[in-house]
Amino acid sequence: MKPVNELIKSLADRYGRERSSLLPILQGVVEQEKYLSEYSMVEIARELDLPATEVYGTATFYSFLEYKKMGRYIIRLCKTITCAMKGENQILLTIQEMLKIKLGETTPDGLFSLLHTNCLGFCHKAPAMLINNDVYTELTPEKVREILTGYMNRKEEQEENVN
Amino acid sequence: MSTDYLLKRADFIFKNENDWEEVLTKSIHRTPNELINELISSELKGRGGAGFPTGLKWKVTAEDKSDVKYVICNADEGEPGTFKDREILSKVPFKVLTAIAICGYVIGARQGYIYLRGEYFFLQSELNKAIKEFEFYCRQINFDFSIKIFMGSGAYICGEETALFESMEGKRGEPRNKPPYPTSFGYMGKPTVINNVETLAHTYTIFKYGSKRFYDLGVQFSRGTKLFSVSGDTPKPGIYELELGMSLVDFVEEFGDDDTKAVQVGGASGFLVPRKKFAETTIGYQGRLVGISLPTGGSMMIFNSSRSMFNVLDNYLVFFAEESCGQCTPCRVGCQQLLRGIKAVKRGEKPASYLDKMLKLAETMQLTAKCGLGQSVANSFSSIVENFREEMIY
Amino acid sequence: MEKKIKITINGASFEVEKGISILEAARNAGVIIPTLCYHKDLCVAGNCRVCVVEIVGQKRLAPACATPCEEGIEVLTNTLKVRNSRKHIIELLLAEHNAECTSCYKNGNCELQKLASDFKIMTQDFIHLVPFKNYTIDMYSPSIIKDDSKCIRCQRCVRTCAELQGVNALTMAYKGEHAKITAFFEKSLNEVVCTNCGQCIIHCPTGALVEKNYIEEVWSAIADKTKYVVIQTAPAVRVGLGEELGFDAGERVTGKMVSALKRLGFDAVMDTDFTADLTIMEEGTELLTRLKRALVDKDPDVKLPMATSCSPGWIKFIEHIYPEFLSHLSSCKSPQQMFGALVKTYYAKARKIDPDKIVSVSVMPCTAKKFEANRPEMHDSGYKDVDYVLTTRELAIMIKQAGIDFMKLEDTHYDRLMGESTGAGVIFGATGGVMEAALRTAYELVTGREVPFENLNITPVRGLEGIKEASIKIEKPLKEWSFLEGVELKCAIAHGLVNAKTVMDSVKAGTSNYHFIEFMACPGGCLGGGGQPIPTNPEIRRKRAAAIYAEDAGMPLRKSHLNPEIIKIYNDFLVKPLSDKSHHLLHTKYTPRKRY
Repeated sequence: MKPVNELIKSLADRYGRERSSLLPILQGVVEQEKYLSEYSMVEIARELDLPATEVYGTATFYSFLEYKKMGRYIIRLCKTITCAMKGENQILLTIQEMLKIKLGETTPDGLFSLLHTNCLGFCHKAPAMLINNDVYTELTPEKVREILTGYMNRKEEQEENVN
Repeated sequence: MSTDYLLKRADFIFKNENDWEEVLTKSIHRTPNELINELISSELKGRGGAGFPTGLKWKVTAEDKSDVKYVICNADEGEPGTFKDREILSKVPFKVLTAIAICGYVIGARQGYIYLRGEYFFLQSELNKAIKEFEFYCRQINFDFSIKIFMGSGAYICGEETALFESMEGKRGEPRNKPPYPTSFGYMGKPTVINNVETLAHTYTIFKYGSKRFYDLGVQFSRGTKLFSVSGDTPKPGIYELELGMSLVDFVEEFGDDDTKAVQVGGASGFLVPRKKFAETTIGYQGRLVGISLPTGGSMMIFNSSRSMFNVLDNYLVFFAEESCGQCTPCRVGCQQLLRGIKAVKRGEKPASYLDKMLKLAETMQLTAKCGLGQSVANSFSSIVENFREEMIY
Repeated sequence: MEKKIKITINGASFEVEKGISILEAARNAGVIIPTLCYHKDLCVAGNCRVCVVEIVGQKRLAPACATPCEEGIEVLTNTLKVRNSRKHIIELLLAEHNAECTSCYKNGNCELQKLASDFKIMTQDFIHLVPFKNYTIDMYSPSIIKDDSKCIRCQRCVRTCAELQGVNALTMAYKGEHAKITAFFEKSLNEVVCTNCGQCIIHCPTGALVEKNYIEEVWSAIADKTKYVVIQTAPAVRVGLGEELGFDAGERVTGKMVSALKRLGFDAVMDTDFTADLTIMEEGTELLTRLKRALVDKDPDVKLPMATSCSPGWIKFIEHIYPEFLSHLSSCKSPQQMFGALVKTYYAKARKIDPDKIVSVSVMPCTAKKFEANRPEMHDSGYKDVDYVLTTRELAIMIKQAGIDFMKLEDTHYDRLMGESTGAGVIFGATGGVMEAALRTAYELVTGREVPFENLNITPVRGLEGIKEASIKIEKPLKEWSFLEGVELKCAIAHGLVNAKTVMDSVKAGTSNYHFIEFMACPGGCLGGGGQPIPTNPEIRRKRAAAIYAEDAGMPLRKSHLNPEIIKIYNDFLVKPLSDKSHHLLHTKYTPRKRY
């Protein structure tokens, strides 16, 4: 992982320093950092020679550009109509019980954040959720437990790799 | 009535034809005017939901004298209940790329974009591979055109074309005042054709088979086929290509679960049709002489008798209150009022007559909101409240 | 000329220029269409939807401000459909607005309140949304109070801060039901790049942005018999105050204002114009000194162009955005702060008053002056140099509270010692005024002759053009200034910080070669300041500017160096411009700040 300021520079080199590059750069930072800190936004503003408020105003418009610290895996559970009809609330309960966090919270180990999101475009396979950029559909409480366990194990593997 | 328009399946869009090189080469050897006329005579209308005649859009943009123009493929598919564009881009990306390039050729643009919603990030790498291959071919035939993907970041309103431009320009996705229209003042202030993914895919069919083949399908004012995203209380949710002009009775017969109470046509911003009106409702653009015809981006959500229409409306209104861009009064405040209003009536904090006040408000939103989103909230609100008033109160 | 097209409004036919908005066409035709988000100074937003009208044949209503006239359209501005929609929209705005009007600072001067009154919104059926939002009031800035519960999201402040000022302290953030106007990361305005210029205040249609007022503090000081309360009045106040008290824009009320201030109970009423003249002596000398060091001594440390330093909004702007250029600023304090430093030293001594007992009040067309008075370095008299800063609007409130029938007042003169001024001091209130005053004096000091302009009116520096340039060639200077022979003194004037930015960027890029630049934060200069009466718009600015120049033309003395009280203060107290005493009391230093 690059330090944020270097990441921002390289993103600006790649996408350009025009205003129209702002979204790709914001996305690039969120891809790595999972959220946009005050520091990141200031650095982006500096890099693109934009007022910091413009970066802030733009970023906060988009649901996927978080501006509060997020976990490594962001769970976005779809809450729109078909998912709601097909048991989204049961999935939510399962996740909350398993991770011991509520909507909008992050697990103390910084691994998971749990959010609601609007229609993911998988209504025919409801309920659906995203974990970072990966989609999971036709969820059941059992399936969700399996998926989350998979992510938790991934964490352990990563830690082993580090060790 | 219903027997006039039996459900007719079609298979154009997802047909694996693998002849995009030929379609592209053939098309760019025709004159732009020929291609425009082909489109105009096909009577293809925008498949995103608004139904603007595609040929006319291309024609007006082609006539603009600007040296810089853009083609944008709108893949910000955010309408609840719609998922067909994702399927098109993952199954037949080359048809869309070809159509974008042909449009570029017709209007005089050298740059195309696909605005892909953030939720579909997983499509990006495959699509980029396809673009690479496509551009390689373009270079081989000395056709100067390139396509880039622009990722969205979770904002339903960016599906509105001018909001989409703002977003691509690095700003908040707030719809612009119209006029000026995209055909003269679009992305970066340049003339721009912006078409829905499916619309572009249909132009591929039209350029390949000729306009007649397309025109002969469907009914008057609603020519051709359409992809329908079917979800909800149905034994076979999925994506279906059907001829336009079908009756809702036939649709429900095919896709319902024998207990269908209502169908939401066109997503959260569309209309709810109760069972008693299935017979008089057909799916197509406005202009039919008899009965109700509903335009749609293709979202068909089916509700059976176990569903509470109050909950359905509540879910939609939460969606709108969150996804409104928030700049204009009727939409920003109106959505919050409708949402809080139905809850207040349900809880007995407001009299049932407050529903009538809200119906009037919804009408004002339709008349005065800045963009299609604010204008269309009233569709679902009014059609649900009018048809299921009792469910709103008790 | 643009082609004319025919339209009808409410059945009557008109010929209008193609492309003008329906709103403009209607106004020209004498048809009033209500607006909220629209402001003549700003780009069209089309957000509030109050101005919707019916166009025959169109299903939906069109916003008059954002819809251009097309050939043959038939516009209806007063149909049932239009009225009902407007009423709904006003009701919606009231539903998200903290409409406790009687306890609102803007009570009586609120555009939303006026609309509610015009349309007689008698019931409020919609659900009041304010209780559901966790609104806070930002009152940490010494100049501006921002109350989100009164905001109607018209974004006039956002556009003002960006388009007129290029500051972008405010933005629209979030979306949908959460959309609100805020500074970076919802910080307080005193923690961000805000220059305190107050332009957002004079463009806000409601009470969401108002000045922090010090009315009660000043009343208390006046009531305190142990205090000696001195007030100074800035040049632009006299051409604005009348608007709040029943006069038309452009009326000069100098004498009435002095009478009113005496009736309010101020112990001495004096004039910031006096220290404006003093500024010319100090700043003019500083400029000539810099020129000499640059041209004769070839001193590389001398920074040219020199920039004026009277506008505290501009000062905070350059501190934030161009901190590397602070050495280009004149070291002169603003006239307000010079006055403050002198009142508790020179004046106190001359009048034999304990400076500890003096309460120094100023009335300014400006909200940034409130911040300036609170700068920690502004204590050179040994006390806080200026205790309270009132805006023109606050003064009008006090006059109304005191029951003074302003229109009937006789004219009175300012009190002596720091109450005498010249036309040069007066024109500080208009863009280009400092430049003109400086040139009148500097040219004469250098050449012994008056500036070569008819009646001393240096017209190239006047007017409301955003950036103005002028040059004056120095010929046959007096002996001690002989190094200036043939030098063409190049000047620029910028008002509105977005224009200041353009000029500074040219300085930064090295593409300009000015010697002296006047910068004013507010469009039009102080007469369009953030503390002036609301509304302030292009037409009103023009009227106030005309009044300023009329005041100047009517003065017996029009050059700062001829002000007898200026001559006296140098004789009795300061010795000469840039003396040690001057440096101590009248000059200052600046603080680099963060852009982000």
